[in-house]
Amino acid sequence: MPLLWLFLIVLAIAATAFVLSRSRVLAMSGQDRRTLHSLPNYYGSNAAMKSAIPALLVLVIWLLAQPFYVNNAVSGMIPDSAIADSSSRGLVLAEVRRAADGLDLAVARGEMSEDEARNLRTDFTDVTTRLENAGAIVTSQITQPILRAAQRFRVMNTIGSQIMAVVVLLIALAGAFWAFRETDPVFRARNTVEQGIRALLIAAASIAILTTLGIVLSLVFNTIEFFRLYPASEFFFGTNWAPSFSGRGGASDLGILPLLWGTFYISIVALIVAVPIGLFAAIYLSEYASPRVRAFAKPMLEVLAGIPTIVYGLFALLTVGPLLVEVFGDDGLGWMQSGTAVMTAGLVMGIMLIPFVSSLSDDIINAVPQSMRDGSYGLGATQSETIRQVVLPAALPGIVGAILLAASRAIGETMIVVLGAGAAARLSLNPFEAMTTVTAKIVSQLTGDSDFASPEALVAFALGMTLFVITLGLNIFALYIVRKYREQYE
Amino acid sequence: MTDASMDSAPVKGRLTTVDARTRKRNAAEKRFKAYGLVAILIGLFFLVVLAVSILRSGLPAFTQAEVQVEFTLTQEEFDAAESQMLKTRAYEDLFIAALQGQLEERGLEVAFDPAAIERLLGKTGGTIREFFLENPDRIGTPVTFDLAASSRVDGYFKGRVTRDTVVDSRFLMVSDLDLVDALADAGIITSSFNWNFITGSDSGVDNPGGAGIGVSVIGSFFMMLVVLALSLPIGVAASIYLEEFAPQNWFTDLIEVNISNLAAVPSIVFGILGLAVFIQFMHLPQSAPLVGGLVLTLMTLPTIIISTRASLKSVPPSIREAALGVGASKMQTVFHHVLPLAAPGILTGTIIGLAQALGETAPLLLIGMVGFIARAYPEGVVSGFIDPNSAMPAQIYTWAARADAGFYEKAWGGIIILLIFLLTMNIIAIILRRRFERRW
Amino acid sequence: MYDAPHYTTQETAVTDVKIKAKDVQVYYGENHAIKDVSVEIENNTVTAFIGPSGCGKSTFLRCINRMNDTIDICRVEGDILIDGDDIYDKRVDPVQLRAKVGMVFQKPNPFPKSIYDNVAYGPKIHGMARNKAELDDIVERALRRGAIWDEVKDRLQAPGTGLSGGQQQRLCIARAVATEPEVLLMDEPCSALDPIATAQVEELIDELRQNYAVVIVTHSMQQAARVSQKTAFFHLGYLVEYDDTSKIFTNPEDSRTESYITGRIG
Repeated sequence: MPLLWLFLIVLAIAATAFVLSRSRVLAMSGQDRRTLHSLPNYYGSNAAMKSAIPALLVLVIWLLAQPFYVNNAVSGMIPDSAIADSSSRGLVLAEVRRAADGLDLAVARGEMSEDEARNLRTDFTDVTTRLENAGAIVTSQITQPILRAAQRFRVMNTIGSQIMAVVVLLIALAGAFWAFRETDPVFRARNTVEQGIRALLIAAASIAILTTLGIVLSLVFNTIEFFRLYPASEFFFGTNWAPSFSGRGGASDLGILPLLWGTFYISIVALIVAVPIGLFAAIYLSEYASPRVRAFAKPMLEVLAGIPTIVYGLFALLTVGPLLVEVFGDDGLGWMQSGTAVMTAGLVMGIMLIPFVSSLSDDIINAVPQSMRDGSYGLGATQSETIRQVVLPAALPGIVGAILLAASRAIGETMIVVLGAGAAARLSLNPFEAMTTVTAKIVSQLTGDSDFASPEALVAFALGMTLFVITLGLNIFALYIVRKYREQYE
Repeated sequence: MTDASMDSAPVKGRLTTVDARTRKRNAAEKRFKAYGLVAILIGLFFLVVLAVSILRSGLPAFTQAEVQVEFTLTQEEFDAAESQMLKTRAYEDLFIAALQGQLEERGLEVAFDPAAIERLLGKTGGTIREFFLENPDRIGTPVTFDLAASSRVDGYFKGRVTRDTVVDSRFLMVSDLDLVDALADAGIITSSFNWNFITGSDSGVDNPGGAGIGVSVIGSFFMMLVVLALSLPIGVAASIYLEEFAPQNWFTDLIEVNISNLAAVPSIVFGILGLAVFIQFMHLPQSAPLVGGLVLTLMTLPTIIISTRASLKSVPPSIREAALGVGASKMQTVFHHVLPLAAPGILTGTIIGLAQALGETAPLLLIGMVGFIARAYPEGVVSGFIDPNSAMPAQIYTWAARADAGFYEKAWGGIIILLIFLLTMNIIAIILRRRFERRW
Repeated sequence: MYDAPHYTTQETAVTDVKIKAKDVQVYYGENHAIKDVSVEIENNTVTAFIGPSGCGKSTFLRCINRMNDTIDICRVEGDILIDGDDIYDKRVDPVQLRAKVGMVFQKPNPFPKSIYDNVAYGPKIHGMARNKAELDDIVERALRRGAIWDEVKDRLQAPGTGLSGGQQQRLCIARAVATEPEVLLMDEPCSALDPIATAQVEELIDELRQNYAVVIVTHSMQQAARVSQKTAFFHLGYLVEYDDTSKIFTNPEDSRTESYITGRIG
């Protein structure tokens, strides 16, 4: 792994720079440390920092940029004629990458010499078979343009990596040399190091922004790509969801409405379960429960929140679903055909959300000042009158915020609906029918497929975008309400 | 009772007699309180139901019906078998003879044919031949074979399959159950602890009995290493910046808004991010614990940052003032004094964040950790990070998606193991908090 | 027994005992907060409880309408009788009691509702009005008695929290009198108010005396001297001295009272 080696060498340079600068400043101080501006270790750290950080930064940027550059260069080599009608440039490029990987593998296994790998031609040898023999994954016959592009791809990558190694090492050495030169007893090493650490801290904090940016960009680009292949109006207003399974066919109906309906229906069932139970539980815990009951019941309820969603998914599929079928199925009331249904998923999701609603509402009810309650008791109100007519109205904005957060949770929940709601997209009012959701379809459209060129795969990004926008809107609104509410009583 | 004149209002009566209206109000009070209690009890009831169904359906995964047959292979028999065309068939015949002998020894006589044995135990001949080819020195000495019974026989043993539900098929005939009963009476077929489930790897879709969760535990382990190695330093650094250094400006606000929103973004969206950025854009290997770890890191960071900031905030300002007062720099104050004092809280928050990440499934579906059959342990540390593997929750999902009751049992069993890990982590977090929590 | 101050002479003649406490003990968990307090509070009188912080005067006040019930660890022993009924009797419902014994708190605590709803809340829960017109009537009367009617009559639907501090406190007094209590307890009702609002509330308290037995806890000795006819001095959980206000402030019998009045303790 040359990358690992490069990384280790840079670290070694940094370590050496640390030791050298430290001993240099000690020597210059004439064994009297008090003449130094900073502690000796700061001089060493300064050198290590200046040699390692710029070099590693360049390394990361290079690693991100190189595939971009190489892809563009290789993509230019593929004539439009080499792209079949049913295919796209992206698919062909993926093919090129696989061929290149195959060549790498063949060389590594000694089935091919490096020279051969560079100069092979499909006219003279059956490359496809040879690569298959070497254990590479080849999905179709390798044509000459693809092979040439693959060879170019390999060469550019190799040269790129070599240049990168040289550049990174030079930067590391230059940094070490610079730090070594500026090391002398009056140099303010501590301040410099602290500024460096501060920059690192800022960088760490910025990762939150980068993550959001990454989410938005990966959704936006692929969504735009999707709308190029599939009309946006049909996506947003289509009432039919029927992706064709062949993959590349244009006969898919990709309307989001049935999925949104399923999502909202299941979420509403979940909230109908979770909100009354959660709210009453919160009221009981914060207003009535003795400390001992509270110390027991609150963590117990919160255990429900700590259970992974896969467990709830399995619970829905294997326990709740069959149970509901027994009652509402053909042997019982005859409303339900199979265990996976809106009711199943909604019920289980509701159970999952109970602690979410209850602990948020608990916090909010506790934030209502005691003086409010005293005022009511002082007038001779009973506890329940006080709660219903004074505490709850005062806490209402906060509770609405909590419910909105729970709704956003329900809309974004995946595992329960994947396992419990079924796979059929339909617009129906019967809660005992199987329906599907946005999240479940994201999973089914993206699982197992690594090429994102077909509308059937890309639609998942448009679904993800819709999901992201809805949940983000709900969250921002809910957090705004909750914050306003808290400010009121602070 | 609601006289117009306020002097005759109900509250004017004697205190010791409770009037009708108050009685009504008190009844309403009791009802309201009961609603609350019922709500709590419903919540706890769900918890109990969940726990019971996990245990009831999952515990059988830890046992496996096994057939123990003592078997002596003579040199002649070995040579004769090896000279035949259908070598494994010859071993099978020998095995059946041995089995019959053992039954007769116990005075039981049941007729059975090789096909029934195959349905019960799979291809026994191959297993036996392999053993003797590998250990030729054992020829001529008695060897005890522990052979796992097929998934349906196992199910019959655990009550999942009964005589009423079983349908004749190439997997199991109703008549085979007589043989199973006889073998059980003879003590030849017994239920024993299924180590393979804990240490083994996933099996193919047609062999639920041989499926184990061990390899995916290792996958989860490597993922958690990545999450720990990245989210702890980054999360602590980000929290220190926001809590101790950040000026009040638009950039800080932007970070704060981002963190609080990321904490509520659905996990599946992080999966999309991982797919698009790490796999599509950076070409990192699919199904690799490294990618899973990266995605889960991004997902866990907001949680860790929020809890770390809370523990930093709980260190009183007087500590900072004391350090600054003796001439420490702001950076030294934070790293020498504030951070060590906040460390237990940070650690607790990190463990809880890790536990959350360990149970997360949805993002793993998108980066290809599902449906993948994790057959072998990784060969080394590097391979552990970048070779395709599964993870515990992904493995459970894979099993749940296979329509075979044998795999459902494994899925529940996997959940028990997953929950044991989560429970352990949470208990450690609670102990840490109890031991090191400091009230200022 | 002793010389009654001139301005209470008439009242003393017509007053009768409204609240009678005998050997009251209050415990907060292990802490013995009120020790052996016996006192007789008269009707149509303003009685002031004074004493240094933590002396138990507020705690004792909250015993009179059983507000301490809402605190789990609090335990009350001894008898408190209102009109001869023991309010800690098992048969007494604290809800009914509190309608009879109104309370005004230290910090104005209007509900986050309209002014009208704030005042109408008590009459509504106690079922004192048959219809809207009656309720309107009760609310108006209470607001007039709270001396705030003129300031709010045009904006009864505005939120009560939007009023100034002094107005809020008078609204809370109006809210308390709306349930037609017989006793009005006030826990430092002016401590969160500015001097002008304080003066208005003090004036109001003096008017309220016509209809109720008013008990007021105060930190300010001047206030006690201004508004009350009787004063009780609490110290370390004991009721040290209880007498006519003029007597307490001019000629206290106990040396601790004197020290407090003259500013040596507290």
